[in-house]
Amino acid sequence: MNQFVHYVQSYLSSNQTPGAAGNMFWALVYILLVFAGLSAAVIAMNWLERKILAHMQVRLGPMRVGPHGLLQPIADALKLLLKEDIMPAEADGFIFWIAPLVVVLAAFTVFVVVPFGPTHAITDMNIGILFMLGVSSLSVLGIVMAGWASNSHYPLIGALRSSAQMVSYEVAMGFAVVSAILMTSLNATGTGTLSMIGIVQAQQAQGEWFIFKFFPIGLIAFFIFAVAMVAETNRAPFDLAEAESELTAGFHTEYSGFRWSLFFLAEYSAMIAVSSIAVTLWLGGWLRPFPNALHGASWDMIFSFFPGATFLLFAVACFYNAVRMPKHPLFRIQTIGLAAFGAVLAAAGLLLFIPAVSSRVQDIFWFSSKVAAFMYLYIWYRGTFPRYRFDQLMQMGWKVLLPMGLGILILTASVALLQQRIWHQ
Amino acid sequence: MLIGGILVITRRNPVHSALALIVTLLAQASIYLMLYAPFVAGVQIILYAGGIMVLFLFVIMLVSIDCSIRERQLNRQWLVGMIAAAALGGSLISAFVKGRNMFPEHALPIVESDNTQNLATMLYGQYMFAFEIASLLLLVAIIGAVVMAKKKI
Repeated sequence: MNQFVHYVQSYLSSNQTPGAAGNMFWALVYILLVFAGLSAAVIAMNWLERKILAHMQVRLGPMRVGPHGLLQPIADALKLLLKEDIMPAEADGFIFWIAPLVVVLAAFTVFVVVPFGPTHAITDMNIGILFMLGVSSLSVLGIVMAGWASNSHYPLIGALRSSAQMVSYEVAMGFAVVSAILMTSLNATGTGTLSMIGIVQAQQAQGEWFIFKFFPIGLIAFFIFAVAMVAETNRAPFDLAEAESELTAGFHTEYSGFRWSLFFLAEYSAMIAVSSIAVTLWLGGWLRPFPNALHGASWDMIFSFFPGATFLLFAVACFYNAVRMPKHPLFRIQTIGLAAFGAVLAAAGLLLFIPAVSSRVQDIFWFSSKVAAFMYLYIWYRGTFPRYRFDQLMQMGWKVLLPMGLGILILTASVALLQQRIWHQ
Repeated sequence: MLIGGILVITRRNPVHSALALIVTLLAQASIYLMLYAPFVAGVQIILYAGGIMVLFLFVIMLVSIDCSIRERQLNRQWLVGMIAAAALGGSLISAFVKGRNMFPEHALPIVESDNTQNLATMLYGQYMFAFEIASLLLLVAIIGAVVMAKKKI
């Protein structure tokens, strides 16, 4: 027992990720935390998407299920769990069963290397970004299997289209990623790194986020990645595979109930995963805004108030809406529920003001808020842009984004070389 | 990896064979990892399992599989085939066992963290010519495929 306690405590004094320190217990704890956080994020995304989309379309969205529809995702989850599980008669049983598993596995395994902080990752591989790109490309296989196993025409066509789209935009994504990796090598030793934590530390050392590096080259590389990542996750405006499910069919037509919810879970997790890649590579990961320009103890303190202040802001919004609820006896439960939710948020906010908590959680907060901004952008794109036709989609992937990515890579390399030559002459 | 390989050749359904091949390729990526070559493992997953196998599956799904499902999986000469495979395996094993002294006892210190850097230095430095020739070969293959598939040039 003593040995176990010592094993648990030996990690707390190290400044490495649990994977690097070889500590299985803390690695498992981190894995559970990431899994729980990711599931909560997907549930929140469900609610946020419906509400934000509704507000953009000048309507209210779900308002009935809980106060302002806050319990709607739970109702959706219950419905999906209780639905009848259908398997088509001629379908390939094993592949039909395994396809959602493959997609979910690929979407969740990616989070092993996502850096929420300098030591807040499950592990830090030397090939972190390569691992993320590789495992997320395995989800294409799951989609192809799903379309095939349904043994009907519409899912097959939808799956082939969706996987062709994902494979095409992976190439453009790769070019943008390589441009960013190139920028990590602009240090004293001249060697870059593929590890996610190393990329953020390179941004910290070079004093600027890579999105602003060699302006506008970093910006264009970020833009290429931003477009490719929306296409990679089959989201609007590149959601022909999904929208076919609104019009006719898609690769998840024959999936009902819980199996469909696995696809849904995997889609939102993949969205969060590629947003994490974008945040790590271009937006400085867990660094607070202006880590070098506004440095010093006082600025650190001011920025350390942001996490608590954000939660308090949410709590104030909850209380305001609770006061504005209709004064009808039937609404009493909802009002009390909203006020209680606001109280929980306020408690969390006050907890985050304690310096001991704030110093540990700050990195996670900045990372999560940047990823949340990307999620808002995803929903914004869905509400704004019309859908691309499939041939327009493929044309853009191969004829526009690929040459642009190639050009940006060459430009980045030349400008970096010029900078090295001029500075170290 | 062995199970995946055996499943590839024994399955009737070509889609099942392709999926078993994916399992084999993932196992090979893990073998690369055990040989302290993480970059090669990552690239194997991205390109082979995530790219080439998807194209394999495309073609298999677009071609009707009714004929191939009804075919016999192993033809009548399977005994001779097994003997030949065993002979090949035996010769490889004996080469390894007898020539063990030829391999350095303690190989080069394999530093896992430098795999990407060392690979890049070798590929773009010493073996640059071979690299360019290989890319030219791929270009010729792409041009050939486009020429064969286009309706009008």
